[in-house]
Amino acid sequence: MVLQLVMAPNWCGCGVASANSTKISTNAFKMSSNRFNFSKPYPGRAYRVTAYYSLTTPPYELDALEPYMSKRTVEIHWGKHHNEHVERLNKHLKTSAFYGHTLEEMVKATYNNGSPLVEFNDSSSVWSHDFFWESMQPNGGSMPKGGVLDQIEKDFGTFTNFKDEFTFAALSIFGPGWVWLYLKKNERKLAVAPTQNAISPLVWGDIPIIGLDMWEHAYYLDYKDDRSAYVNNFLDHLVSWHSVMVRMMRAEAFVNLGKPKIPVA
Amino acid sequence: MALLRSIAISSNKTITLAPSARALTTTTLPPLPYSYDALEPVISGEIMMLHHQKHHQTYVTNYNSALELLHTAMDKGDVSAVVGLQSAVKFNGGGHINHSIFWKNLRPVNAGGGEPPHKKLGWQIDTDFGSFNALISKMNAEGAALQGSGWVWLAFDKELKRLKVETTANQDPLVTKGATLVPLLGIDVWEHAYYLQYKNVKLEYLKNIWKVINWEYAGEVYEKEAQ
Repeated sequence: MVLQLVMAPNWCGCGVASANSTKISTNAFKMSSNRFNFSKPYPGRAYRVTAYYSLTTPPYELDALEPYMSKRTVEIHWGKHHNEHVERLNKHLKTSAFYGHTLEEMVKATYNNGSPLVEFNDSSSVWSHDFFWESMQPNGGSMPKGGVLDQIEKDFGTFTNFKDEFTFAALSIFGPGWVWLYLKKNERKLAVAPTQNAISPLVWGDIPIIGLDMWEHAYYLDYKDDRSAYVNNFLDHLVSWHSVMVRMMRAEAFVNLGKPKIPVA
Repeated sequence: MALLRSIAISSNKTITLAPSARALTTTTLPPLPYSYDALEPVISGEIMMLHHQKHHQTYVTNYNSALELLHTAMDKGDVSAVVGLQSAVKFNGGGHINHSIFWKNLRPVNAGGGEPPHKKLGWQIDTDFGSFNALISKMNAEGAALQGSGWVWLAFDKELKRLKVETTANQDPLVTKGATLVPLLGIDVWEHAYYLQYKNVKLEYLKNIWKVINWEYAGEVYEKEAQ
């Protein structure tokens, strides 16, 4: 029996903003004929429950990001590319030693210090794409407020400097990759970094705060080769500062950012 | 430009050379041997135009910039800068090399595109892969399996005197997989090569591109190297 568990995204946006896909522990449990009245084909045989990942839904309608990201793009990016990674990951998991790990654990473990194992590409892509959809919202962009803005100004000088650095990093990538705003746990500061292929700050132990997919499939239908228009529209109209705030709040549990300044929602 | 050199020989036999003002050979975008829409319906005119005028041109422009910076860094003896520029040179120079080959690998149907190889190359393909169709299947499979961006190649190994299917990542030229490998055919599997038309169905692009492959060019390169 294969159970597919989907945790619906928290629609108020104030819940956990990390990957929604989760797994149920594999448990062998006995069906006692005293307590259950199932008709069992094999009486006394234990049944094993297994669970795999499924495609989580972006927390908005597929056309909600228009005109900055078309419905067409989201349909194909989410419904085909993201979905394909989920299916391939599940295929690996049927025989993988990493079955049972959470997605985040699996990404870190299968990165294997730079010699990635076969499960890395798909597990990291699934995690990153979940993170990506949640990094955006309809009517996003503009400015962050309160504690988030304070932290950005502290670590980048000005909000404009942050945007410039983020854009420069995005355009500097050779080939497919991602650009991240992330929290450096040890230094307790925000930073920007580009990564190649499916790598994310998870692999080096830091906390992602914003992720932008710079693979060509993410923007080509809408922007062709004009990557800077894509990045600018993401920053000005799509990025969800609300998600950022939630992620920073969660990060506080792992990093002491000093006197809390981030306003509680 | 004249080569400027000043030599000062002192009693301690010190030789000083002024920085050379040698000419920098930049590269330019090669013209396409056919019109942008000549490969339709296999590859749309829109893709060919963007691919050539935007993507390939960008590799050319950025390679030339990197070359200028490299030249300056070399003259100044700035080792860190020289090393730091290698990835830009490899990426953009590789992009230029690969795409220059790619335009020659394609040919409109009415000019012979898609016609299977005959003579020596045809025979070598049968020897090394069993059949022409087996080669196509193998290249399609490797191209489809490639994660990220890159190229799938039909290579001729000069040393072993045999054909090989290879893939390279990003814009790495074929020689990065083996110094004795000569590219006969390269198929661009970066998303920009097919996305507007085929979307995520890379395999469909691969299956179709054989209709416009220029086997005559591949045969010429092969025969020259196989001697």
